[in-house]
Amino acid sequence: MADKVLMKGNEAIAEAAIIAGCRHYFGYPITPQTEVAAYMAKKMPKIGGVFLQAESEIAAINMVYGVSSAGKRVMTSSSSPGISLKGEGLSYLAGSDLPALVVNVQRGGPGLGGIQPSQSDYFQATRGGGHGDYRMIVLAPASVQEMAELTVKGFELADTYRMTSMILADGTMGQMMEPVSLDIEVKPAPEKPWATTGTKMERKHNIVNSLSLVPEELEQLNFARYERYKVIEEKEPMFEEYMVDDADIIIAAFGIASRVSKNAVNEARAMGIKAGLIRPITLWPFPKAPFKKAAGHAKQFISVELSMGQMIEDVRLATECKVPVTLCNRAGGMIPSPEQVLEAIKEAAKGGNE
Amino acid sequence: MNYKRLTLLCGHYGSGKTNIAVNMALDMKKRFENVAVADLDIVNPYFRTKDSSELFKENGIRLIVSEYANSNLDIPALPDEMYALTDDRTMRAVLDIGGDDRGALALGRISPKIVEENDYEMLMVINKFRPLTPDAESTFEVMREIEAAGKIRFTGIINNSNLGDETTAQDVLESVRYAKEFSSLSRLPIVLTTVRKELYNTLNGKIENLFSLTLQAKPVD
Repeated sequence: MADKVLMKGNEAIAEAAIIAGCRHYFGYPITPQTEVAAYMAKKMPKIGGVFLQAESEIAAINMVYGVSSAGKRVMTSSSSPGISLKGEGLSYLAGSDLPALVVNVQRGGPGLGGIQPSQSDYFQATRGGGHGDYRMIVLAPASVQEMAELTVKGFELADTYRMTSMILADGTMGQMMEPVSLDIEVKPAPEKPWATTGTKMERKHNIVNSLSLVPEELEQLNFARYERYKVIEEKEPMFEEYMVDDADIIIAAFGIASRVSKNAVNEARAMGIKAGLIRPITLWPFPKAPFKKAAGHAKQFISVELSMGQMIEDVRLATECKVPVTLCNRAGGMIPSPEQVLEAIKEAAKGGNE
Repeated sequence: MNYKRLTLLCGHYGSGKTNIAVNMALDMKKRFENVAVADLDIVNPYFRTKDSSELFKENGIRLIVSEYANSNLDIPALPDEMYALTDDRTMRAVLDIGGDDRGALALGRISPKIVEENDYEMLMVINKFRPLTPDAESTFEVMREIEAAGKIRFTGIINNSNLGDETTAQDVLESVRYAKEFSSLSRLPIVLTTVRKELYNTLNGKIENLFSLTLQAKPVD
């Protein structure tokens, strides 16, 4: 056990980013993600890295744009309202095909909302947030260990596909403390021949830009980008299945909601109800295959969310509406209890939710 | 342990101050009538002593906490009853101070009166499994920062080295060396070694001044 440390989720993200080779962090404090910035402020100066508290979230995301253009691993982090401010920058990163890691430790909304945990930025993360046709790889950790591992994975995927990876966590994930092993394998970063690192008079200028003057060319850029997205949808979906094979009632839940749901599934099984859980780890690409397969034998799906029901739309699409999909939720900073989820499972087992 | 009138718990954030404060207050209540827990944390948004407010009520322990703790109001706020800690000298209290030097700033508001009365213990809670305080030197650095911010000197150490649910008896035994190194560097005595109650019987007799902790409930497993 001695190789483990006890960390807050937010600290695990920061330390894992450093392990992944990130030496540039730009951010602005906001609860409940402030420990990411605080940790970086302590650590970066000691290892020759850059920690900069920007004057705003908008400034921070544009600093990310700059460092990424120069080919370095770079990140920013915030919580829900701050991510809204970064929306423009996210779109520009996408339009310029720049890799970056953006962390959203979600809190209750909309608006200034509150500081308690939430998952209500699912649409914003998986459907845009910024303008234009683009996607982000969205990773949803469900433990402090995964906060660390998915941060490393996020940098790798961002570099591989030249796009933004987002860690979509929630306040509980950011604040809770768990033992973590930081013995995480990091693949070497790929070459970045497109980076603006100086021509040394040996090559033509590299230009990083999201402006296209010719519509035909802009269309081709969009087509090419979506070809890349297609590859990601085939190769990169990640998920965890728990007692799904013979399940009649299947919970769909990510992050903190999946941990609550696992407790409920265990209790339901103890009562003789065949319940199971599919936990998407990538929210985009959404892991459609396990849902489609499970829709062949399940009687009902229940989407458990800390929102008014956002992922439920992807569950319905992935199950092709073959069986009913119902919602079990809390919102505004509240977390569903295992008892609430168990009640929803019992109700479904009676066939009452159709 | 022999409680002074005020017991101040400080340390790196995440070192375990809140859990110790809750358990210490319950222990204090066995010997004293007028017992309070004061949550002077201006740093942490979640997982506060307020999570145990029902427990305190049942046991007749006064909880001095900002009415905004655990709410959505995200500003550093101190409880208005804070001055009772120094004004009412019939009270025994545990003070849960926020993490690091930033958290200890709040303490500076009342520390001159605490020093003047001179009936206090200020204990540095340490955990060698926290990534920013893995050795005596880094822990010492945090300690000095807290003293500077809080305008008050430490009198002792609580070794609360743990890995959460995964803590083994061996982990605790191995942390004793770290605690002793920190003790000789800081010239402060190790007043307590705290372990969750599941490990208490295994370690009792092997470590001096062992204190059993019942942990606050977590929102999820």
